[in-house]
Amino acid sequence: MQQDGARHWRRTSRLMWTMFVLWLFFSFIIHMFVIQLNTIVILGFPLGFYMAAQGSLIAFVIMLFAFAKLQDNIDREEGFAEE
Amino acid sequence: MAQVDSNKGGGDFISNLGRIYTLYTGGFFAFVVVLAILEQMGVPNKFIGYGFVFLTIAVYAIIGIISRTAEVGEYYVAGRRVPAFYNGMATGADWMSGASFVGMAGTLFLLGYDGLAFVLGWTGGYVLVAILIAPFLRKFGAFTVPDFFAERFGGNFARFLAVIVLVCCSFTYVTAQIYATGIIASRFLGMDFTVAVYVGLLGILLCSMLGGMKAVTWTQVAQYIVLIVAYLLPVVVLSTQKYGIPIPQLTYGQALQDITALEQSMVSSGLADAATLKPHIKPFVTYDPLNFFALIFCLMVGTASLPHILMRYFTTPSVREARKSVAWSLFFIFLLYFTAPAYAAFAKLEVYSDVVGRDLDSIREWLFNYGAIGLIKVCGVDAVNLEAVKAACSNIAGHPGVLRLQDLTINPDVIVLSTPEIAGMPYVIAGLVAAGGLAAALSTADGLLLAIANALSHDIYYKMIDRNAPTFRRLLVARILLVIVAVCAAYTASTKPADILSMVAWAFSLAAAGIFPALVLGIWWKRATTTGAVLGMIFGFGICLYYLVGTRYFAPGFYEMWSFLSNATPDQIAKFAQLQAACASDAAQCAAFDKHAQSIANWWGVRNISCALFGLPIGFLTIWIVSLFTPAPSQRIQDMVDATRQASGEAIIRDKDALNLPH
Repeated sequence: MQQDGARHWRRTSRLMWTMFVLWLFFSFIIHMFVIQLNTIVILGFPLGFYMAAQGSLIAFVIMLFAFAKLQDNIDREEGFAEE
Repeated sequence: MAQVDSNKGGGDFISNLGRIYTLYTGGFFAFVVVLAILEQMGVPNKFIGYGFVFLTIAVYAIIGIISRTAEVGEYYVAGRRVPAFYNGMATGADWMSGASFVGMAGTLFLLGYDGLAFVLGWTGGYVLVAILIAPFLRKFGAFTVPDFFAERFGGNFARFLAVIVLVCCSFTYVTAQIYATGIIASRFLGMDFTVAVYVGLLGILLCSMLGGMKAVTWTQVAQYIVLIVAYLLPVVVLSTQKYGIPIPQLTYGQALQDITALEQSMVSSGLADAATLKPHIKPFVTYDPLNFFALIFCLMVGTASLPHILMRYFTTPSVREARKSVAWSLFFIFLLYFTAPAYAAFAKLEVYSDVVGRDLDSIREWLFNYGAIGLIKVCGVDAVNLEAVKAACSNIAGHPGVLRLQDLTINPDVIVLSTPEIAGMPYVIAGLVAAGGLAAALSTADGLLLAIANALSHDIYYKMIDRNAPTFRRLLVARILLVIVAVCAAYTASTKPADILSMVAWAFSLAAAGIFPALVLGIWWKRATTTGAVLGMIFGFGICLYYLVGTRYFAPGFYEMWSFLSNATPDQIAKFAQLQAACASDAAQCAAFDKHAQSIANWWGVRNISCALFGLPIGFLTIWIVSLFTPAPSQRIQDMVDATRQASGEAIIRDKDALNLPH
C-alpha cells in the first residue's frame, strides 16, 4: 500500500471539519430556531424542545459511530491503519 | 515466567468478558428479586436498604481486590487491553456523577427547557473528544494527560502547569462526589452524614487502591450496569402504567401536552401565579440566549478537557478502538441523559395534576416522607405532617385552603428518588435507586481520584523528582498518594462546604480554559511553540479563575472596577449605591449588599459558570500570537506531531521506556 502522509492528513482534516460543522449545527444553530420549531408538534413533542431533549443527542451518537467508521476507511485506504 | 502467566490470565479474562458480565447482570437481577421477596415476607425497609448498599459495595470491592496488580502498565492504563465496548461502559460510569443521576431530572423539572443546556452540554462534548483529541493521545502513548504536555511542549514546566489545572479541577469534583455518597447513604440508611462520608471513602479506596486503572475499569463496568438498570426501571414501569408503552422516551410527549394545558388552567383558576410559573417547554425563561448557549459551549469544551475522561481512552488496545470507544461511551451516557427529560415530565404531570389543587386535608401522603428530611416545603415550612402544613398555610393572608403551586418548594433531588413511590412501587425499587445513585457517585470518585493520584505520582514524583525510582517504589508512592488525596477529599466533604455544587460546574470552565487550547493546538498545529502554550495556559486559566473568584467572592470590588462592562440596569445601579451606604453604616446589611453586587458583577451579563467563554479565546489567541513571534518547534517535535496523526506505527512514548523495564 502506497503511503502518502500529506494526502492522508488532508482527508483526515476534511472529515474533522465536516464533523465539526455538524457539531456546531446540532449544538447551537438548530436551537436558535427553537421558538419557530416549537410550532411543529409530533407525537405531542414540540420539535424545538424535542431537538434539545433528544434529537441532537441521537445525532451526536450517530455522528460518532459514523466518524469511527469513516476515519478507519481513510486510514485503510491510505495505508495508515494499524496492523 | 510469572509475567507471561499473568498476561495469559488477563487474556482469558478479556476473552470471557461477555460471559462474566452477563452472569453478573443476571446475578444482580436475582438479588433484586430476592430482596423483593424478603420485603413481601415482611422484612423491614431499613434492612432492604442496607442490603442494597452494603452488598453492592462489597461486590465492587471484591472486583477491586481481584484486579490488584504489581505492574505499572496495569496500574496506570489497565495494560491497554480494554475493548472499546467495555471502555465505553466504564467511561459512562466515570462520567455520570451522583449529581447527574439524582439531580439532572430535578433540574429539568425546575427549569424546563432551559435545563436542557445541561443535557446538551454533557453529551455533545464527546464529539470534540473523538474528532480532536482522544485518538491522537492514544497514539501518543501517554500515561497521563500531562505526559503529552511535557513531550509536545518541551519539558516539565508545561507538565507542571497541566498538573496544577488537573488537580484544581478534579479535587473540587471528587469532593462533591464523596459529599454525594454521604447524602445518599445518610438519606436512605439514616446514617450520620459524617460516618456515611467515611463509609463511602472506604468503598472508593477498596475499588481503586490495589489495582489502579485496571481495578477501576472493571468496577466501573459493574457500576454502570447497576446505575443504568436503577435509572431506567422505575420510569419504564411508570410509562407502562400510564400509557401502556414501556418506552418513556416516546410517551412523555403526551405528558408535555398535558403539562402545557394544566399550566394554563392553573393560572386561570388561581392555583398558580403567572409571574412565578415557568412554562415547561418555553425557552429562555431562566437563562437568556447568551447564557444558555455559553453554558452549552463551556460544558462541552470542558468535557473534552477533563483528564479523568481523557485518560480512559489510554486503556484501549489501539487507536481504532479508542475512536470506537468514544462512540460507545456517548451511547451509554445517552441512555441516561435522554431519559432524564421523561422523568422530569412525568413528575411534573404528577405534581400539577395530583398534588396541586388538592384540599389541604387530602394532601398526598408521599410529600411528608420528603418533608421530614427537609426536601419538600409547603407554605415555607418543611412538610413534616398535616398539622405543620395547615398551621403554616393559615398564616398566609388569603390562603384558600387549597394547595397552590407557589406554596410548594421541591428540592431537585426528590424527582428521581420519589418516582418509585409516586408510581406505587414496592420499597425494593427505591432501594435499587439508592444503589444506582451510589454507584454513580462512587465510580466518578474512583476515576477522579485516580486522575489526581496518577498525576502526582507519575508526573510529579517519577518524572520530576526521581527518574530512577524502581517499579515497586513508584507503585507504593502512587498508592500512598491515592489514600492521602482521598482522605483530604473526604475530610473536606465532611465539613459540608457551602459552594460545593457550584464548584463542580466551575470545574468544567476551568478545565476548558486551562487545558483545551494547548491540547488542541498541540495536536492540530505544528507551529505551536512551548512559550506560546505555556503563556496560553496561564492566561486562559488565569482569566477564567479571576472572573470566577472576582464575581463570586469579591463582587462589589469587581463591579466597581468593571462597571462599564456590566449589564446592570439604572435601577440596579441605584440599588447598588443605596445598599453600599447601608452596609457602610450597618454591618448587618452587608450580606444583602454583597448578594446584590453578585447579580451585577459581570462582563456583558455572562454568568461565572461560563467563564471559559473568556478564557478560551484568550488562551487560543495567546498561543497563536506568541507562537508566531517565537522560533518554530524543532524538527524532532514536528516529526512527532506527524507521527501522532497516523494510526499505524509505534507509539511516541513507548510503554517500555515509560515503564523503565529492563528489556
